[in-house]
Amino acid sequence: MASVEIRDVRKAYGSQQVIHGVSIDIQDGEFVILVGPSGCGKSTLLRMVAGLENITGGEIRIGPRVVNNVAPKERDIAMVFQNYALYPHMTVADNMAFSLMLKKAPKAEIAEKVNRAAEILGLTPLLDRYPRQLSGGQRQRVAMGRAIVRDPQVFLFDEPLSNLDAKLRVSMRGEIKALHQRLKTTTVYVTHDQIEAMTMADKIVVMHDGIVEQMGAPLDLYDRPVNLFVAGFIGSPAMNVLEGTIDSSGFRVGNMVLPVQSAPAASVGRPAYYGIRPEHFQLRADGMPVEVIVVEPTGSETQVVARAGHEEIICVFRERISARPGETILVAPDPALVHLFDRDSGRRIN
Amino acid sequence: MADAAVQDRILLPSEPKASLLKSRGMVGFLFMLPALAFLLIFLTYPLGLGVWLGFTDTRIGRDGIWIGLENYQLLWEDSLFWLSVFNTLLYTITASILKFALGLWLALILNEHLPFKSFFRAVLLLPWVVPTVLSAIAFWWIYDSQFSVISWGLIELGIIDTPINFLGDMENARASVIAANVWRGIPFVAITLLAGLQTISPSLHEAATLDGATGWQRFRHITLPMLSPLIAVVMTFSVLFTFTDFQLIYVLTRGGPLNATHLMATLSFQRAIPGGQLGEGAAIAVAMIPFLLAAILFSYFGLQRRKWQQGGAD
Repeated sequence: MASVEIRDVRKAYGSQQVIHGVSIDIQDGEFVILVGPSGCGKSTLLRMVAGLENITGGEIRIGPRVVNNVAPKERDIAMVFQNYALYPHMTVADNMAFSLMLKKAPKAEIAEKVNRAAEILGLTPLLDRYPRQLSGGQRQRVAMGRAIVRDPQVFLFDEPLSNLDAKLRVSMRGEIKALHQRLKTTTVYVTHDQIEAMTMADKIVVMHDGIVEQMGAPLDLYDRPVNLFVAGFIGSPAMNVLEGTIDSSGFRVGNMVLPVQSAPAASVGRPAYYGIRPEHFQLRADGMPVEVIVVEPTGSETQVVARAGHEEIICVFRERISARPGETILVAPDPALVHLFDRDSGRRIN
Repeated sequence: MADAAVQDRILLPSEPKASLLKSRGMVGFLFMLPALAFLLIFLTYPLGLGVWLGFTDTRIGRDGIWIGLENYQLLWEDSLFWLSVFNTLLYTITASILKFALGLWLALILNEHLPFKSFFRAVLLLPWVVPTVLSAIAFWWIYDSQFSVISWGLIELGIIDTPINFLGDMENARASVIAANVWRGIPFVAITLLAGLQTISPSLHEAATLDGATGWQRFRHITLPMLSPLIAVVMTFSVLFTFTDFQLIYVLTRGGPLNATHLMATLSFQRAIPGGQLGEGAAIAVAMIPFLLAAILFSYFGLQRRKWQQGGAD
């Protein structure tokens, strides 16, 4: 196992720069997830760590070694691809054994390692099958098995669950996390799904347009997003964002005043954004009146789309709500959990 | 509505002819009729006629009579026939191996990121696009005993003193016609294999690279096995085309010198048309059938879907 250090890494295709100086420290044994919308550069960064893309500027270290000019196979990493990239003409066992066979490992050792990986992943009955004969989840597991048998310094996952259906994705999420807890191999995982990031990562790196927006533990990102982009990206349903001004009594949106627990004195009178997560509304008699547009009960909670003044907001309540569309309910944001962002820079100000 | 119901009731006990025309199978059959007629007239009839002629002593202008296997007995003792069999096998095997090796090599090159890639791909098709007779005439000049551009070039370079006798010497003539055939056949192999190469997902190569495979190992363990079903198809066609080649030989050498380049197809033509022995010519043509069948059977087994291509049984 090894740490991975990404230092001021840049990537350009011709004159088009796509990654603008990214620095990330990944501790030994850590599970780090790079998350961001399509085209943010997260997969490119992962492929640079793997050695499948050249590094235009900066430095990547795996362990103590700078790997900028080290061939992929010398980097001692294993990668799981989005489309699994299983060799269709080889059985499950041969797929997993391929790297060891190329290394000319003794047959007994290959068999032992393949069997061990198959056991960990529950693939033992499938060893003689071809990839075509497997379901999506099984193929995904073979791809992981191929990575495990090599016992690499670092695992790289490139959107491994995107091709699976929703239910399978949830169970594979758990399996990958359990696997990491068992093997404790340093892992870098790329996804565009913030729920995957929240549930699996030790550390999340939110990327956008080739830069790192924020880096930290999942709940830190959730509780204290540093800017409007992270605030909107992390959390589902997304945070409600209302535009207005901070004044001495709270936050003014049109003729509504929303409660704020504390705003820096210097920010009073400034145009800003008011962010409140859907689950941080409460039903209270002294709340503000909002008009219900849609009620979506999920069983465990109720999601309400409502209109407050001219703005549309989403609230999520643990309790069940009998309100019908068109009716008015009284809701109050929890002032302690309000996020304020500067209107021009989008940075957090409270 | 009521009208429609009445109509239905009237139509129901209609004649069987109408319902036959309405059935899907009958319609399908009707659509196939033109193709069937085409095949019967232009494929089955000539083939059947050829086989029948082989058992007769038909000559041009004179109906033959049934003579059983006499033609074949004559051929069995005919050393020229056996020479043409040898020539045909040599021609087919050598040219096919060369076409495969060079075609695969070209396909691999064109699959890389080259400047002017589409230009090269278009140029590659030229030998295939030019009519055989025209390219054969061009080769005829290239191989000319006095005006050959190759001989001229080599003499200018000081490598040889006298022009090469391309088509006048037995060995040279064989090599020359094979070279011309290879030149003509490469595009078919290269373009088809290139199409196959492009269906191989780049992530397989990336995965193999990360698994530690060198360029050669990736070719050996990924590219070649994944291309093998297509190789079987392409090479079957290539072998069939080469085995039955006629135009190139007929324009370049007419089977000479000393019958060194006489293929079964050219010998069959020579005996049947200029020689007038239609029966004997047909027998030679029919003698090609077992070889072609063998090639087809070989590819039939080679073409069977590999186990890894089959879908899940459960």
